Amino acid sequence: MTEETKTFEPVIIGFTCNWCSYRAADLAGTSRMKYAPNVRLIRLMCSGRLDPTFVFKAFAGGADAVLVSGCHPGDCHYANQNFKAMRRYHLMERVLNQLGIESGRLKLLWASAAEGQIFANEITKFVEQVRLLGPLNWNTTSAEIPTEAAKEEVTA
Amino acid sequence: MEKKEKIGVYVCHCGTNIAGVVNVGEVSAWAGENLKDQGVVISRDYKFMCSSLGQELIQKDIKELGLTRVVVAACSPHLHEPTFRNACKGAGLNPYLCELVSIREQDSWVHTDKVAATAKAKAIIAGGVSRVVHHEPLTPLKVPINPATLIVGGGIAGIQAALEIADAGFPVYLVEREPSIGGHMAQFDKTFPTLDCSACILTPKMVQVGNHPNITLLTYSEVEKVDGYVGNFAATIRKHARSIIEKDCTGCGICWEKCPKKVVDNVFEAGMGNRKAVYVPFPQAVPKYPVIDRVNCTYYIKGTCKACEKFCPTNAIDFAQEDEVLNVEVGNIILATGYDPFDAHRITQYGYGRLANVYTSLEFERMSNAAGPTGGNIVMRDGKTIPKVVGIVHCVGSRDKNYNEYCSSICCMQSLKFAHLVQERTGAEVYNFYIDIRTPAKGYEEFYHRLLDEGTHFIRGKVAEISDAVRLPGEEGKLIMQVEDTLTGNQLRVPVDMAILSVGLEPRADSKALAKTFGISCSADGWFIERHPKLDPVATMTEGVYIAGCVQGPKDIPASVVQGAAAAARIMGKIQQKEISLEPIRATVNADTCSGCRICNSMCPFNAISFHEDTMVSEVNPALCQGCGTCVAACPAGAISGTGFSNIQILSQIDGLLLLTLDKKKEAVTA
Repeated sequence: MTEETKTFEPVIIGFTCNWCSYRAADLAGTSRMKYAPNVRLIRLMCSGRLDPTFVFKAFAGGADAVLVSGCHPGDCHYANQNFKAMRRYHLMERVLNQLGIESGRLKLLWASAAEGQIFANEITKFVEQVRLLGPLNWNTTSAEIPTEAAKEEVTA
Repeated sequence: MEKKEKIGVYVCHCGTNIAGVVNVGEVSAWAGENLKDQGVVISRDYKFMCSSLGQELIQKDIKELGLTRVVVAACSPHLHEPTFRNACKGAGLNPYLCELVSIREQDSWVHTDKVAATAKAKAIIAGGVSRVVHHEPLTPLKVPINPATLIVGGGIAGIQAALEIADAGFPVYLVEREPSIGGHMAQFDKTFPTLDCSACILTPKMVQVGNHPNITLLTYSEVEKVDGYVGNFAATIRKHARSIIEKDCTGCGICWEKCPKKVVDNVFEAGMGNRKAVYVPFPQAVPKYPVIDRVNCTYYIKGTCKACEKFCPTNAIDFAQEDEVLNVEVGNIILATGYDPFDAHRITQYGYGRLANVYTSLEFERMSNAAGPTGGNIVMRDGKTIPKVVGIVHCVGSRDKNYNEYCSSICCMQSLKFAHLVQERTGAEVYNFYIDIRTPAKGYEEFYHRLLDEGTHFIRGKVAEISDAVRLPGEEGKLIMQVEDTLTGNQLRVPVDMAILSVGLEPRADSKALAKTFGISCSADGWFIERHPKLDPVATMTEGVYIAGCVQGPKDIPASVVQGAAAAARIMGKIQQKEISLEPIRATVNADTCSGCRICNSMCPFNAISFHEDTMVSEVNPALCQGCGTCVAACPAGAISGTGFSNIQILSQIDGLLLLTLDKKKEAVTA
């Protein structure tokens, strides 16, 4: 392990669904389970809400990895929308590869509202995995893509 | 941005819960200084933001500084989002212009590195600030509440809930899978610690349910499907064919008297007794109509017999009857489907099913019940020998990592009750093998002391094995219980005539499927998860769906009754309001940019999106939309927007979360 990878603290953006994985994160909190402080969570109502743009935006904005999490297949609060997230996950994996980003920087995690421990453990594992991959030295100017214009495009 | 928002940031210490790990003062000062560009005009920190003084602080700033957006950094939005939204509303700011970001559950409580946690808190707040700029004022959707309630499960919890609601004048549909309501309580002989007869306190309530004008009782029925949302659920209920015409049946009992087919009753009698192919589970069953068990009925097997039809004085037998499918509309739902006893076969070393005189607690309940298969006589499997020594094993299938880690909470008291009954009725010597005695409710400890005074033996140790292998003189024909007495450190071999396994409680075998039908979650063990483990034990994450009794976790009769009544009270409170506010998180299609590709149409599991052939655009029906946002993400034209979780809100939040990271990277590049 080089000096750099030892001290490298990856920044990870995590997408959680309101019903299972965000509550798993809450449970990890109320149970005072400890995990690595590298993940910053965004709450969506459902993992099905995850627009692949969000993931690419996170990478472009400087994140070293992205976590996508939702209810277990079959447990979706909205019938089966997490399956749609799963399909998009595989699609995004391929696109990332084409962009030259290791697929290990994108993780799909199913966690029910009762699985705080699993959520915490998996985050710590993921952080270690990304630490080994090193920083994502994506062209930092890409973050300078006029974001306002990009936003208008997607919301138009 | 045409108009600059004025944002207030409020960072909560939560006593030391947050401030112990996150440097709250630093975070607050940083936000006030560095997020000015985003529109932050004031940033404060306070001991307890949720206190009335904390809320007043926010309200004062809204009024005096003319804040247009508020970001509170405190606990999870699942806890205090309503609190802060209401505070903003009180000061005249639309509640949806307030964003609560979690720096407790997602930061201070899960991290120990103070520097990293403080940096994370800054990022989280920056994310919230970037996001809140794009919030729009929203109004909750108001929908009327259907005053009817669906209760699934007719055990004591369901019965209590049904009576509470029906007595208040609201309609109830009570659905029970078995032919009669009553649940496990109907099988018991005595209830601890008062030893009053279970049937004597339960059956009057059952009769009340059966006769109540506001209760529609659907026994031998199951809920197949539930659609809709709080206030307006539509349930599909399958009423299995009883083969009995209910309106003609008087419950006289001639059919089961004449029925020639005996069947071992594995449900109500726990395999200890027989019933007929046409039967009521027990004499006090409600409703009184029998059921023909088509699997075992000779007519359905061989095509002949019809003895019941021949003798029925009111011609109420209908062999051709078919299942009936009912659709009912209700505003709220209570799930009270109870538990399954732990299957003692799984612990092979206890010999249940192999050694005749090893009983489960449910078998013992039936045996000690005066209306049970032995008429209340406690005898061994031969049906006549009275046991002289009886061993009771506690914690069977509970507090054991091989089976269930949790404590089933009722087994100690149940075992003490058995010990008392055995001693009272047979004079036998009784051994209790326990790990710990747990008697935490009113009158329970006193009952334990009563048992100690009665001379029952208590041996602290987990039974390793029950066998019939004779090793020492005096063990012939006995069951040998091998146990280490952990108080004296001695290995014991206790010869007994009868062993009773006090089995724990488990979630119903089909609990996961049931949870899925009703859109709620199960814990890892399979018990249904309540909204809050302390403060909201009967509500679930799904609005309008409540849980009561053992379906939520192991509990005794008083606790089940409490939960049934509590769930009922919650629902009656909702019904009284006549309408309910729903989160206005809905998708809407912009007809101008919709290309009519119809990709979104197939995405929606609620059929909320319809396509207009004439204008060639799709439209979302807000009454059906549940707000998941899958269509928003799927729309290739970006024509669908999701209120509360719009693209620009999420993208801005990503920007904010990465603000610090980006600065650092830029520095690295320029350096």
